[in-house]
Amino acid sequence: MNKSFLTALCATGALMFGAAQAADGPSDGSVKVGVLTDMSGVYAAIEGPGSVIAAEMAIEDFGGEVLGQPIELASADHQEKADVASSIARRWIDRDNVDMIVGMVNSAVGLAVQGLASDKQTITMNTGAGSQELTESQCSKYGIHYVYDTYALPVGTATAMVENGGKKWFFITADYTFGHSLQKSTARVVRELGGEVVGSVNAPLGTNDFSSYLLQASSSGADVIALANAGNDTVNAIKQAHEFGIVDRGQKLAGMLVFLSDVKALGLETAQGLQFTTAFYWDRTEKSREWSQRFLDKHGEMPTMVDAGVYSATLAYLKAVEAAGTDEADAVRAELGDMKINDFFVTDGSIEPNGLMPHDMYLVRVKQPSESEGPWDLLEVVSTIPADQAYIATEDSACPLLGE
Amino acid sequence: MSIMNRVFWVVLIVAGLIAPHFVYPVFAMKLLCFALFACAFNLLLGYAGLLSFGHAAFFGGAAYITGHAVKVWGLSPLPGILVGTLFAMVLGAIFGSLAIRRQGIYFAMITLALAQIIFFLALKLPFTGGENGLQGVPRGTLLGVVDLSDPIAMYYMVFAIFLIGFLIIYRTVHSPFGQILTAIRENEPRARSLGYDVERFKLIAFTLSAALAGTAGATKALVFQFASLTDVHWQMSGEVVLMTLLGGMGTLFGPVAGAVTIVTLQNELASFGSWVQVAIGSIFVVCVLLFRRGFVGELARRLGAKSA
Amino acid sequence: MSLNAILAQTMLGLSQGVFYAMLSLGLAIIFGLLNVINFAHGALYMLGAFVALIGYSYLGPWLGQPDWHMGFWTALVVSPLLVGGLGMLIERFLLRRLYDFDHIYGLLLTFGIALILQGLFANYFNISGTPYPGQPESLSGIVNLGFMYFPKYRLFAILFSIVVCFATWFVIERTSLGAVLRAGVENPKLVEAFGINVPRMVTLTFGFGVALAALAGVLAAPIYSVSPLMGADLIITVFAVVVIGGMGSILGAIVTGLMLGLVQGLTQAVYPPAANTVIFFIMVVVLLIRPAGLFGKVV
Repeated sequence: MNKSFLTALCATGALMFGAAQAADGPSDGSVKVGVLTDMSGVYAAIEGPGSVIAAEMAIEDFGGEVLGQPIELASADHQEKADVASSIARRWIDRDNVDMIVGMVNSAVGLAVQGLASDKQTITMNTGAGSQELTESQCSKYGIHYVYDTYALPVGTATAMVENGGKKWFFITADYTFGHSLQKSTARVVRELGGEVVGSVNAPLGTNDFSSYLLQASSSGADVIALANAGNDTVNAIKQAHEFGIVDRGQKLAGMLVFLSDVKALGLETAQGLQFTTAFYWDRTEKSREWSQRFLDKHGEMPTMVDAGVYSATLAYLKAVEAAGTDEADAVRAELGDMKINDFFVTDGSIEPNGLMPHDMYLVRVKQPSESEGPWDLLEVVSTIPADQAYIATEDSACPLLGE
Repeated sequence: MSIMNRVFWVVLIVAGLIAPHFVYPVFAMKLLCFALFACAFNLLLGYAGLLSFGHAAFFGGAAYITGHAVKVWGLSPLPGILVGTLFAMVLGAIFGSLAIRRQGIYFAMITLALAQIIFFLALKLPFTGGENGLQGVPRGTLLGVVDLSDPIAMYYMVFAIFLIGFLIIYRTVHSPFGQILTAIRENEPRARSLGYDVERFKLIAFTLSAALAGTAGATKALVFQFASLTDVHWQMSGEVVLMTLLGGMGTLFGPVAGAVTIVTLQNELASFGSWVQVAIGSIFVVCVLLFRRGFVGELARRLGAKSA
Repeated sequence: MSLNAILAQTMLGLSQGVFYAMLSLGLAIIFGLLNVINFAHGALYMLGAFVALIGYSYLGPWLGQPDWHMGFWTALVVSPLLVGGLGMLIERFLLRRLYDFDHIYGLLLTFGIALILQGLFANYFNISGTPYPGQPESLSGIVNLGFMYFPKYRLFAILFSIVVCFATWFVIERTSLGAVLRAGVENPKLVEAFGINVPRMVTLTFGFGVALAALAGVLAAPIYSVSPLMGADLIITVFAVVVIGGMGSILGAIVTGLMLGLVQGLTQAVYPPAANTVIFFIMVVVLLIRPAGLFGKVV
C-alpha cells in the first residue's frame, strides 16, 4: 500500500465528512409512536405484547390518522437492559423519526430512555417504570410519568396494613433503582403511621429462589414482610413464602407492587387476601369493563394497569398532537400540560410541569376462591385513594424544572 | 503483501470511510468497536493459541472506567479512552500472570472465573450503577475542537481509533514477536527448547490483547454513552470467540468480517426475538464442524494465498 | 447470627448444592472420558425440566386429552432417557467429528448447541419462567426440622440427589464396569484390544452424563420456575465447581458441589450480594494453591 493512495483516501473521507454535515435533519411526514417494552422477560406479563395491542387499539380508536397523516406504530423488546433500550431509542429517534416513546417497564430502562429522549427533545410517556426519580431529581421537560410511581404505591397498602396491626416491617427489595425507591417511600409511610422497619435485604432482579431472603425475613420477628419488587420476582417470593409455610405461621406478606397478571399467575388459592394498590382494575366501571372486554378479545388476557395506561397515554398524546396542529415536541408537551384527560382510565387527569400525571389509585384485595365468579374475577376494590393523597404534591416535588 | 490482503485493506478503508453515509452511524460505530474487540481477541487466540473465556472483563471493565473518567472526573474523550485502555492493560497483566501457567481448557476456565469476579464488582461497586449501568456518559469534544455529539464526527474518531488499533495488531503479528508467538502456538516445547521464555511471551500477548479489547470497550462506552453489565457478562466473552472463529482465527481480517456478520445479524434479526440466538448458535455449530478456518481463512486457502 | 439461622441457611445451601453436585458430576464424567467441556450441560438441564413441564401441562392438550398429565415420577424416568438419547445423538453425529482436533472445539461446539436450545425454548416460553404444577401431593407440605420449617419436597430432592450421586460414584469407582470405563480413559487402545467397543462406550457415557443433567432438571422444576435460561447462569457456576474439585474427578465433583452449595448458602446469609460470586473467589484461590483442583491429580 503506498502513501499517496492513503492520502487520497483520507481526502475522500474528509470531503464526505463535510458533505454529510450539510445534509442533515429531514422532516418526517407522519406521526410515529414507539412502544418500547419487555416482550419476553421478567416483566413481559405486565407490559409486553399486551401493551403493543393497547397502543394499536388507541391508534385505531383515534381513527388511524392525525393531521392528515397516518399514525405509525413501532415496537421493540428492551430485554430489561438499559443499554439495549437506549440504543433502540436512539435509533428510533435518529433514524426512524419516532415522535413519542411509551412503555419502558423497568426503572433502569425508564430513566435511561427518558434521559436520552429529553436530550433529543422527544416525548416519553412512561407507563411501566415506577421510580419516582422520573419526576423528581431526574425529571425532564419531555418526560411524562403516567400510571403509577413508588410514592403512590405504599400509600394505600401500607396504611391498611399498619392499621391492621402490622407495625414491624421487613423489606425484601429488588436491587435496583425501583426497589430502593419503593422501599424508601414505603418506609416513610410506615414510620409516619407509627410503625418501624426491623430490617431489609436486597435481592438481585430476576432471583428465582427467595428462600434465603424469606428465612431472614421470617426470623427477624417482623409482622409484615414487604416485597419491594415486581413481576416474576413478586410471584416467586410469594409462592416460596407459602412453600416454607411463612404465611401459615402468622407473618403477613405485603406486595408493594402487584399486577393483575401476578395474581393470575399465583392463583387465588395462594394469593387470596393479599392487599395492594393499583391504578386500574377492569371490573370497576362500565367504561373500564367495556374497554377491557375488547382488550380481552384481542389479547386473550385482561389488561394490567399498565396495558390500560399505555392505551390512555397514547390516546392523550394523539389528541394533543391534533390540538397542537403539529408533532413538534414543545408544542405537544404544552398541549398535554393544558388539556384534561378523560377516559376509562382516568378522570380529569392533567399532567404537571414535572411530568407527573396524578390520578386516583385503588386499594384492592384478592378474592377468595369461593368469591370468584369467573377466570378474571380476581380482585375487589376496597377503597379509592384520591389523586391528591396518592401522589406527591407539586409544591413538594424536588424536580429542578419547577424552580424555574 | 498478498493480493488478497491488499484487496482487504482497500475494502476496509473505503468501506470505513463511506459507511456513515449509507448506514446509521451509531450502528457503524458499533461494528467498529466489536471489530476491534474481535481483532484484539484474535491476537491471543489466533496467534498465541490461547482461548480466553473472560475477555468481557477487559471490554466491559474499560467501558466502566472510561465512562466514569469522562463523566465524573471530566476527562475529555481521548484521555478517557486512554485511562480505560490502561486499566484493561493492568487487569490483563494480572489475569495473564494468573492464567498462563495453565493451558487449553484450564486456561479458558480460569479466565472465565476471573472475569466473573469483575462482573461482580461491576454489579456491586457504587460508581457502576449496578443494574442501571453507568448512564449518561458525555461524548465531549475532541481535542477541545470537534463536537462529538455530531454522529458523523464521532464516527470518524471511532474509525481512526479502530485503524490505529488494527495497525498495532498488524505490526505486532508481523514483527519477530509475532513470529515467536506463532512458533509457541505451533509447538510450545520446541519454542521452549530454543530458549524462548514462553511464559513471558504469552503474558505480553495477553496484556496487549486485553489492552486493545479495553480500547474497544472504552470507545463503545462513548459511542453509546453507556457502560452496562451486558459488556462484562460472560456471554460477551462468548460472542467475541464466535466472531473470531466465524471470520477466521489467525487471519488478520477474519475477526473484522466475523464481527460485522454477527453484529449485523443481531441487528437485522432483532425483531425475531430469540431466533437470533438460534441462528447464531447454528452458525457456531456449522462453523466448528465444517469451517474451522472461518470464512476469511477458508477464502485464503481457496485462493492459495499464504496465511493472511 | 443464631445457631438456628446458620443451620437453616446451611439447609438451603445444601438444597442448592445437590444441584451443583449432580451437574458437576455429569460434567466430570464427560470430561474424564471425552476431554470435552460440555457447555451445553446447562441447556440440557433446562431441557430436562422442560420435558417434565411439557409432559405435565402441554402434552395432554396437544394430543387432544386435556385431562392427561405426565406425572412427576414418570418424568423422573422419561426425561433423563429422552435427553440422554439426544445427548448420544449429539456425541455420535457432532462431537465425534472433532476428537482429532483441539479440545477447545468441543467446548465451542457445545456452546453453539446451548445457544440453539436456549433460543428455541425462549421463543415459545417466557424467559422468566413457567411454574411446574406437577409436584406430587405426597411431597407437598412442610416438615419441622427443629431449627426450621423445611418444605418436604426440597428435603426429598436433597436426599434423592445424594443417593444418585453416590450410586454413580460407586459404579464408576468400585465395579468392573467402572474399571473398564476408567481404563478406557487411560488407554483406549488397550481397552479396544480386549474387545470392548470404545466409541460405543464413549457415546453411552456422554448419554449418561447428560441424563444426570436432565434428572437434575426434573428435580429442579417444582422448586424453581422452568425457564429457558435456567441453565445458562447455573452452568458457569458449575464449571467453577468442576475446576475447584479437579477436572474429571468424580468424587471431587460431588463433594465440591455439596460443599460450595453450603458456602454459598452461608454467604447468602452474611452478605447476599456476594453469594453468586463467592465460588469464583474460591476457585481463584484454589487454583493458586492447588492448580489441579482439590481432588485432581497433578499432571
